[in-house]
Amino acid sequence: MTATTTPTYIGARVARKEDPRLITGEGTFTDDVTLPGMAYLTLVRSPHAHARIRRIDTTAAKKEPGVVAVFTGKDLEATGMLPVFITVPSMSGSKHMPIATDKARYAGDAVAAVVADSREAAKRAADLIAVDYEPLPIVVDAMKALEPGAPIVHEELGSNLVFTYPVKGGDIDKAFKDAEVKISQRIVNQRLIPNAIEPRAVTAKFEAGELTLWSTTQIPHFVQLIAALNLGLGQNKVRVIAPEVGGGFGSKLQVYAEELLVGFLAKTLGRPVKWTEERREGYLATIHGRDHVSDVELAAKRDGTILGLRVRTVANVGAYLQAFAPGIPTILHVFIVPGAYRIPAFDYEMRGAYTNTTPVDAYRGAGRPEAAYLIERMVDRLADEIRMDPAEVRRKNFIAADAFPFNTISGITYDSGNYEPALDRALAMADYKGFEKRRAEAKTRGNYRGIGISSYVEICGLAPSKVNAALGVGWGGYESARIRVHATGSVQVFTGTSPHGQGHETSWAQIAADALGISPNDIEVRHGDTFESPGMGVGTFGSRSLAVGGVAVHKAAEKVREKVVQIGAHLLEASPADVVVAGGKVFVKGVPEKAKNFGDISMAAYLANNLPEGMEPGLEATVYYDPPNFTFPFGTHIAEVEIDGETGTVQIVKYSACDDCGRQINPMIVEGQLHGGITQGIGQALYEGAVYDSDGQLLSGSMMEYHVPTAEDVPAFDLDSTETLTNTNPLGVKGIGEAGTIGSTPAAVNAVIDALSPLGIKHLDMPLTPEKLWRAIRASGEGRR
Amino acid sequence: MITHPFTYQAPTTIEEAVRALGGAGEAKVIAGGHSLLPLMKLGLAQPEMLVDLRRIASLGEIRTEADGTIAIGALATHRVITHDQTVRAKLTALAEAAGEVGDLQVRARGTIGGSLAHADPAADEPAPTIAFDATIRAVGPKGQRDIRARDYFKGTFETALAANEILVEIRFPAQPARTGSAYAKFAHPASRFAVTGVAAVVTIKSDGSVERAALGVTGAAAAAYRATEAERALTGTKGDAKAIAAAAAKAADGITALSDLVASSEYRKHLVTVYARRAIERAIERARA
Repeated sequence: MTATTTPTYIGARVARKEDPRLITGEGTFTDDVTLPGMAYLTLVRSPHAHARIRRIDTTAAKKEPGVVAVFTGKDLEATGMLPVFITVPSMSGSKHMPIATDKARYAGDAVAAVVADSREAAKRAADLIAVDYEPLPIVVDAMKALEPGAPIVHEELGSNLVFTYPVKGGDIDKAFKDAEVKISQRIVNQRLIPNAIEPRAVTAKFEAGELTLWSTTQIPHFVQLIAALNLGLGQNKVRVIAPEVGGGFGSKLQVYAEELLVGFLAKTLGRPVKWTEERREGYLATIHGRDHVSDVELAAKRDGTILGLRVRTVANVGAYLQAFAPGIPTILHVFIVPGAYRIPAFDYEMRGAYTNTTPVDAYRGAGRPEAAYLIERMVDRLADEIRMDPAEVRRKNFIAADAFPFNTISGITYDSGNYEPALDRALAMADYKGFEKRRAEAKTRGNYRGIGISSYVEICGLAPSKVNAALGVGWGGYESARIRVHATGSVQVFTGTSPHGQGHETSWAQIAADALGISPNDIEVRHGDTFESPGMGVGTFGSRSLAVGGVAVHKAAEKVREKVVQIGAHLLEASPADVVVAGGKVFVKGVPEKAKNFGDISMAAYLANNLPEGMEPGLEATVYYDPPNFTFPFGTHIAEVEIDGETGTVQIVKYSACDDCGRQINPMIVEGQLHGGITQGIGQALYEGAVYDSDGQLLSGSMMEYHVPTAEDVPAFDLDSTETLTNTNPLGVKGIGEAGTIGSTPAAVNAVIDALSPLGIKHLDMPLTPEKLWRAIRASGEGRR
Repeated sequence: MITHPFTYQAPTTIEEAVRALGGAGEAKVIAGGHSLLPLMKLGLAQPEMLVDLRRIASLGEIRTEADGTIAIGALATHRVITHDQTVRAKLTALAEAAGEVGDLQVRARGTIGGSLAHADPAADEPAPTIAFDATIRAVGPKGQRDIRARDYFKGTFETALAANEILVEIRFPAQPARTGSAYAKFAHPASRFAVTGVAAVVTIKSDGSVERAALGVTGAAAAAYRATEAERALTGTKGDAKAIAAAAAKAADGITALSDLVASSEYRKHLVTVYARRAIERAIERARA
């Protein structure tokens, strides 16, 4: 914050500006974009998880009334390959065409395309395409994929190993030699299906040499860039619009085959083309998340001091490497595994494996939930082993408040932190001290009650650009903002971020309002259109929007403000140092009655006949902001559960969390992010899991089988926060988009294991379904009633 | 998710509907559409014609006849049944089961007739329907006939209805005094269908012992069934905790239990016994109230 501005709107619970439009159905989503003469694309997808494509007979499909064209992969090679934006050392990249040409590598891999006058005709014709498949041996399990003799997903690569990513620090051998306690645990972080409420869709038109492409994307500028490069168009001739986007969670953080195909077809066929995903199709063809198997060893002393952590993980990347997939299990995971703790020795080897499954990439938290789950489970295992209170084991190993900035054993630098107050507040909110009474009371009803703690640290920001480059990230870590004040005083903020539910229209307006001394209601935030943006935007993912994009808005607003002050000083015949900009007025300190309206200043900027000597006309500023470091939010979540002793059903009876995301711009939006994030993380802990059979068929193939939790499944959350500012950016902000998901999964699982620990149960893999718990209870010799 | 082409008729009398159903081509009856339309969209059902019953006003009524029989029209929605005062008082287990169907939207549109005609093995309403010894009234080209609920459910999506018959009414006989009923359900977390749903109907004597017990179980096997072993075990007992537990333990005897991602057959059978006990406990509590 600049010293001259007292925040009025930053920190206020401003109602979301976008909600009236969304709630009343006035929003325009990609599938709402319907153009004259539009044709519809349908993709034929392989039912086999691994099969050579011998022959495709499109004769009958071509004769179907209403069909415009039928294509196989070979006909569409001109669209080029799908991009991968991250390269990690030793990486063995896959060739990924929008439509498979040689073989299908997962059930859902596209093998042919139909364009027709109507959706119905396209579907009918798709059913008439006869594909002659030669089924090949299938590998679904990532560990098995790396064994000798496993079926090879990409023959030209020679093996299924995508990369080996080692990160070491300290003397791990000494840690285990000195250890009084050693704990080994296999930890599985299961595969998840993102389930954004709006399925993917793409609409495109090509007119007068210009391609306009509407897409459900989190990264319109990347789609623009790749579409221009792959389709041979100038970037100035590709306009990508992300209109309203109904959630993403990382699943729309791609340049997907359908985006290139629809763009290519609109250009080639000379008529608008639309593709809309069906939910079941999305379960196969939109990326999945997580899917790690880790063997973890922890070395510690009997007093709870952690000495070292050794991890060997295999990450299942699916059949192809997607845009950000190489970075999720590596950059966004390995480095943050030490979490909130001072760990003297660290040895992690991450390997990626191709399998005959849907590709895996970023899903809310992306690498960090896997890290928090791993370390937070191990801390609880340690506490159980040495019979110490899990809260105290955490406290004992926390990085001390005076140790920041802190260089972790994994080689990154935490900006700021103060972990104990968040833990203490959460413990108080959860009535941790009174818990044993509640456990005993539940026991009288035949139920098992448990409490679980998770003290997480996560990474937000995904910047700066130079660090990104050193890590193998092939894009900059900056974000852009432009603020335009029109002559009448109307203000537009153009942002490179691309919100899809995060409320940037409100938060960015609050940030700009404080700098400009006007109301957020007088500021319009525009986003998601590459022809309206400042030029290049990076997009919305990795909880980066505020710490990078929001700061860019702040900096642009400060620049505009500076010019407002200069013009105001000139018109008021005062020194700029004495000019106050507040409440929509510009005046000399102490003389508010002689104020100029904000609109008078902007009008003067455009009349341009009475400006300070040498000042350019106009009132706008553009900023590309590249921060010096990531930010590292943290917090403690505590779940209390009760397990039905007869059925194994888990109910979360109480949930308390104290999060620290630095300065909050809008606490209501922060809470909203936490509500959704916590629920999503509980989904992984208790309900969700993509299940394949050994033939690579997705058994959990629809929302009839795959449970995405709703408000019905969770209690009212008890939320609090601490505020530890970061000096990484002038607003002191960190990020909150993923924290809920990162903190909640281990809290919920730790609570369930705690509930069952009197039965001698040490660990169970997620999701903790009723039957799994019932079997565990029964195997322990209890629960036969 | 696009249906195959079909034609559509919306007759205003049952006779017209039966005629339409017997016409050329494969025809299907539609009411709330909450079972049939999803199947059509998935291509699993491809009728050439839909006969919509919703303009036949009389089919939506719930009425009590002189002998105490409660007749529920096939078009009564789950939501109407849930909130109907007579059903809540006299056929509590049915009201509870209807209130557990799907979600609010499904309950507002879906009908009891549709549910029973579709005969999904995990549907809720079949359990109380058989537990209350209801009768299914069907109308076909040869006129009207009544089918005992216990003879009606033949298997998964299989009933005693002929292709040219229309289910028009479900008739629940008057229940004796001192009868209580309850429906206890373990819902599939995603679909909300019953992994196990048990409807218990228990009549007690003035001394509090069990005079008659009926248990309808859904979700566990290929079709809803009566747990006759458990009923026999409970009848004549004092209806105390021990007797209830012993009876409930038999509620899955002899069945071939379904198995899916949520519940193996072993776990399902266990759930049947747990939910049978919970349903019986509540039913007896109500019978004594």
